[in-house]
Amino acid sequence: MEVIAFWILAVIVGAAAVFVITAKNPVHSVLWLILSFFTSAALLLLIGAEFLAMLLVVVYVGAVAVLFLFVVMMLDVDFVELRQGTLQYWPFALMVALAFFAEIALVSFARAEDGPSPDPSPGAQTNVEAIGAVMYTEYLLLFQMSGMILLVAMIGAIVLTLRHRPGVKKQNIAKQTARRRSEAFTKVDVKPGQGI
Amino acid sequence: MDLTLSHYLGLSAFLFTIGVLGIFVNRKNIIVILMAIELILLSVNLNLIAFSVFSGTIAGQIFAMLVLTVAAAEAAVGLAILVVFFRNRGDIAVESIDLMKG
Repeated sequence: MEVIAFWILAVIVGAAAVFVITAKNPVHSVLWLILSFFTSAALLLLIGAEFLAMLLVVVYVGAVAVLFLFVVMMLDVDFVELRQGTLQYWPFALMVALAFFAEIALVSFARAEDGPSPDPSPGAQTNVEAIGAVMYTEYLLLFQMSGMILLVAMIGAIVLTLRHRPGVKKQNIAKQTARRRSEAFTKVDVKPGQGI
Repeated sequence: MDLTLSHYLGLSAFLFTIGVLGIFVNRKNIIVILMAIELILLSVNLNLIAFSVFSGTIAGQIFAMLVLTVAAAEAAVGLAILVVFFRNRGDIAVESIDLMKG
């Protein structure tokens, strides 16, 4: 039963991945990417890695894929032009890709025997408990460091894309609240029959 | 027949291959190149998690989480650079990225 589910999901992931790199429209590529992330999360659920499955959905589908979608839709690029002449790369690309696949397969299947059955959470804990027990103790430093990486990436992205355009009218709250009555009002004694 | 580690290793090898293929095939379109890199990182994650689950140690899942973090940071910075480049040059063809004449 699990094997059947695995094969169904695996075929979906593989097909979605192929469509990601062959789709004519990058928006479609992003949508296929989202499908492959979702299905990978299902594959992880199949072997009981629940926390990572949820994380995959939250981080990849919720953040990364949406980021891609926004950028693809905001850039006004002629994607048809970008695809021209890609046919000539196929033979070389296939050669390199096959070499990679052969190497990985060689290493992966060099293990003659398969290990024990899946055990996503050593000890009698749930998967989330098992991860939480080590994340803030054994791997505290790594965890903090990944947080720093995210902070640096966030600041970097903001610094890169922020621009100060001249001639844009903005509200200056400090200036507004610093206004005093004496500089805002002047008392004028208007004589009857005369304007100011 | 039970679900084995080889199932996951095979699938992950296939995903990695597709990712590498995508980098070569879409050489002109840097957005799809970034997506292919995401595919490669996904396959690495699958590999780490599968090994972790089937060997009964939790460490692999922690590492997969760190890879996930780096992948998210990479996507954010990469796309930010892309947006800035598009703003300056008006297109994102990989071949026109030769300002440094390297």
